[in-house]
Amino acid sequence: MLAKEIERAGVPTVFVTSLPTIATMVGANRIVRGPAITHPFGLDETERRRIVERALEMLETEVEPTTVWEVDPS
Amino acid sequence: MVRAVHYLNQFFAGLGGEEAAETPPTRLEGPVGPGRGLAAELEGIEIVATLACGDDYFGEREEDALARLLELLERERPDLLVAGPAFGSGRYGFACARFARLATEQLGIPVLAAMHEENPGVAAAEGKVLIAATAVNVAGMREALPRMARLAEALAAGRELGPPAEEGYLPRGFRRNRRAEASGAERALDLLLDKLGGETRSEVAGGFDGVEPPPPVADLSTALLALVTEAGCVPQGNPDRLPTIRAQRWLRYELGSAQTLAPDRYESVHGGFDVTLANEDPNRLVPLDTVSALAAEGRIGRIHDVFYTTTGNGTPVAAATSFGQEIAAELRDAGVQAVLLSGT
Repeated sequence: MLAKEIERAGVPTVFVTSLPTIATMVGANRIVRGPAITHPFGLDETERRRIVERALEMLETEVEPTTVWEVDPS
Repeated sequence: MVRAVHYLNQFFAGLGGEEAAETPPTRLEGPVGPGRGLAAELEGIEIVATLACGDDYFGEREEDALARLLELLERERPDLLVAGPAFGSGRYGFACARFARLATEQLGIPVLAAMHEENPGVAAAEGKVLIAATAVNVAGMREALPRMARLAEALAAGRELGPPAEEGYLPRGFRRNRRAEASGAERALDLLLDKLGGETRSEVAGGFDGVEPPPPVADLSTALLALVTEAGCVPQGNPDRLPTIRAQRWLRYELGSAQTLAPDRYESVHGGFDVTLANEDPNRLVPLDTVSALAAEGRIGRIHDVFYTTTGNGTPVAAATSFGQEIAAELRDAGVQAVLLSGT
C-alpha cells in the first residue's frame, strides 16, 4: 500500500519483499523478491548488495504495472 | 459421515510461534487446536486429519508447500477442506486461500476458509474459495467456529447459499439475479440518505485500485534516495511506542550521518515475524549500510537523512493508504526522487 501511494505521488518506488504475490495484489508496481520474510535484504553484505543493486536497477527501468523481479543467485 | 481435512498454521496447530514459522507441511491426526472447537460444532462432518504448515515456509516456498500439502490432502480421500480461521493474519490467510483454491481446482472438492475481510487471502482466493467472515483477531474465535460449521455443512450438503451478509461469508465477486423489493432509484436514494446520516453502504464491494508506474529515475547518481520500511524498524527501546501490530501511525527518524543501522541503536518491533535475525543486524531490513556504500561510490546521489517506518502487519487498508499518502507528501517536499521500500 505504501509503495502504491508513493508511486501515485510520482516518486518511483521499489518494494523489496519476500511476499511478492501479496505486493502484486495490493498494486505495488516495482517489486523485487527478497530471500526471506525475516531478512528481505539477505544475511550478509554481499547478498545485500546484490539485492539493493537489483532494486536500484528497477528504479531506473520503465516497468509495466505490478512487475516482479528476481535477484540472480550468486 | 463426510470426511473433512482442516488446515492450520504452525501456531494454531500447536507446533510453535514465530520460531516455528519455517515448519514444513505436517500431518496431525484428527482435529487439533481450533479444529476441536469446530469439530464440536459440526454435524455430519468428521475432521479426519489436520494439515499444518509454517507461515514463513509457505510464503517463501509456496510451490513446494502447495505440492506437499496437496499430496497429504489427497491421501485422506477428503470430501471437504476447511482452512483457518486466519483472522487478520496475512501470511496465514494467504496460505489458507491458496491451498483451498488449489484443492478445489485439483481435487474438485468444496473448500471453506475463514478470515477477516481485509486479509490478503481474500484477494488471493479470487472468489474461488468460500470464505467465512471473521473478526480481525483471535478474540473472534467463538463467533467464527459456528459460522464456519454452518457454511461447511451447507457445502457438504450442496445447499445453495443465500447472500453473503445473511450467511456470514465474504462476497465472492459475482452477482446473482434476484427480485429486489425496491427499484434501483429508491435504493440509491436510501443509500444517499444513509450516507448523509453518516453511514456509508454499498451494494457492490470495492477492490484494490491500481496506479500507473511513474517513469524511472533519470540519473540515480545525482538523485536523492529515501529509505522507507513496513518492517517495524525503530530506535532501540521503541521510544515512540510503534505498535507491533495494526499500527495506526507511521514514524520518521533522523539518520544524521549514520552509515549503518547498528544493532545497539536499532531494532524491529514487527509482531508478524521472528525478529531475531533482523535485530542481529537491522541492515537486513533497512539496508542503510549498503546504500551508504553505494552513495560513497557515486552510484546513488544522496541518501535522505530521514527514514520512515511503520509496521505493515494487520494494518487496515484505509490506514495504510493514508500512511502512504502522508509519507509521499513529505518525500515530495524533501525533493526525494526515488524510494527503496522494504517489507517482510
